[in-house]
Amino acid sequence: MADSIAASSPDTAPIVAEDNPAAPPPPGRQEVRVSLLPVASLLVLVLILGLWQFLPTALHVPKYIIPQLSDLVREMGRMWQQENLLMHSVSTATMACLGFALGALLGAVFGYLLGLSPLWEKVLSPYILALQIAPKVAFAPLFIMWFGYNAWPKLIVTILVVFFPIMVNILQAMRTVDRDLINLARAYNMSGRQIFWKIRFPASIPSLMAGLRIGATLAVIGVTVGELMGGEIGLGFLITYGEGQANTAMVFDAIFVLTLIGIAMYWVVAAIETRALHYIPKAHH
Amino acid sequence: MSLAVPTLQLDGVTRRFPASNGKGVFTAIEKLSFSVRHGEFVSVVGPSGCGKSTILNLVAGLDHPSEGDVRLSGEIVTGPSSHVGFMLQKDLLLPWRTILHNVEFGLEARNFTPTMRRERAFRELRRCRLTEFADRYPYQLSGGQRQRAALARTLAIEPELVLLDEPFSALDAQTKLVLQRSFAQTIATSGVTTLLITHDLSEAVTMSDRILVMSERPGRIVEEIDVGLPDRENPMARQAMPRAHEIMAHLFNALHLDERIEA
Ligand SMILES: Nc1ncnc2c1ncn2[C@@H]1O[C@H](COP(=O)(O)OP(=O)(O)OP(=O)(O)O)[C@@H](O)[C@H]1O
Ligand SMILES: [Mg+2]
Repeated sequence: MADSIAASSPDTAPIVAEDNPAAPPPPGRQEVRVSLLPVASLLVLVLILGLWQFLPTALHVPKYIIPQLSDLVREMGRMWQQENLLMHSVSTATMACLGFALGALLGAVFGYLLGLSPLWEKVLSPYILALQIAPKVAFAPLFIMWFGYNAWPKLIVTILVVFFPIMVNILQAMRTVDRDLINLARAYNMSGRQIFWKIRFPASIPSLMAGLRIGATLAVIGVTVGELMGGEIGLGFLITYGEGQANTAMVFDAIFVLTLIGIAMYWVVAAIETRALHYIPKAHH
Repeated sequence: MSLAVPTLQLDGVTRRFPASNGKGVFTAIEKLSFSVRHGEFVSVVGPSGCGKSTILNLVAGLDHPSEGDVRLSGEIVTGPSSHVGFMLQKDLLLPWRTILHNVEFGLEARNFTPTMRRERAFRELRRCRLTEFADRYPYQLSGGQRQRAALARTLAIEPELVLLDEPFSALDAQTKLVLQRSFAQTIATSGVTTLLITHDLSEAVTMSDRILVMSERPGRIVEEIDVGLPDRENPMARQAMPRAHEIMAHLFNALHLDERIEA
């Protein structure tokens, strides 16, 4: 018995199955279905666009309730030429990115600081919970009263909205770092600073990324609410302006561009996440 | 360091913890004394919860005795020291680092240049036959390979003493046998002093020079067995020796395994 086991030297031990993620699925129905997936999605899009174009007129829905697709396209062109759509879009995108970056930075810094001082975390945790629950966008009018109709209110709302999910995610990650890993580093005589940079911080990256993904989508909401409240720039302003003119197409178009900005931000964060978390096997992703 | 001074010595070590109900104390280990000579391989066996991992934490300097002294080469342990390496059932490899960088991990607390770290890490990877896996990530290795990488990391700091807390217990039976032999060879070639904590009686007999048997809580040493078998670097050969079976049967009785109802 000993001989038969001795024959399989540990060096020839097989590498685990996860090592080979590129194993092709068995050809057949499954494969066909997977390759048809994008086509199906595209078909749904065409169907919806088609319905949007023809259903309103067919059902005699007035244009100021739901404009036709062609109206939306025409209005988009008009907004580009006459309403300075580019400037408004750039303003909103800049504010969203800036608010997102600042909110993420602050959220991360507070998350790590509180994560490193359990005492402060315990002291502050009821207030953190309360602030986390409070609807941050509702603060917008307050900030307008304080700072006036400028960039600050929307920026602060965005920072607030982005701050919490990121801070809470990092706190959670810091709390659940494997004690044995920390002990291992301690046994190697590592300083608190080394333990942070070599264990706690990298261990928190998956949670940080998840927080950033949530934050990226919330940032657009924060800026939009800020712009809806007042001021004369941004897609949120175009929405209120369009509303005042009973220009439904303008409102729809502004929402569309806002969504695009949100998708772009989300996509950038997701791409960074994929690169940062390359060490996590895909199957578990 | 003279050979007369044991590498590890515990002198009347007691460790108490606050009882879980908040009142009083509860004694995990009591008046524990034993020593491990330079180059020796000693196993500790005992029922679950008798304080084996507690001993490991005390020796690693992660915890402090309530009474008594733990000495490493004659010096009292007051905190983590660079002379002790430890390894658990979990491999504790950092998933975001390659195997090479995991092996370098312990060296990063020292004044090593990156080149020296790399050389040292490669030497240990060679010893543990993992060179070809240097650039892989832990998830790309099997459980047995990961444990070998953990051993490479442990040996890379050139510890005087290695503490192993049930390093094989999460593996399947075959991987376990292969890995025990692999560890036995690696430890024999490096000549490092080793304290192995285990549940597995045959593992204790086939791998060590000496076995310490602990009692139920509060843990004390109730018996000490000199294994006295040749071939320490080949546990599989030892497995076949009649004397090994005698010791296993003896341990079985000493731990009252036949009378135990609960696991
Ligand atoms: N930090 C701690 N605080 C309180 N009690 C503890 C602590 N560490 C260990 N204990 C207790 O001390 C006793 C011994 O624990 P230890 O982990 O050393 O047992 P063990 O012999 O390693 O058990 P096993 O074989 O199951 O791993 C247990 O009853 C455990 O609950
Ligand atoms: Mg234990």
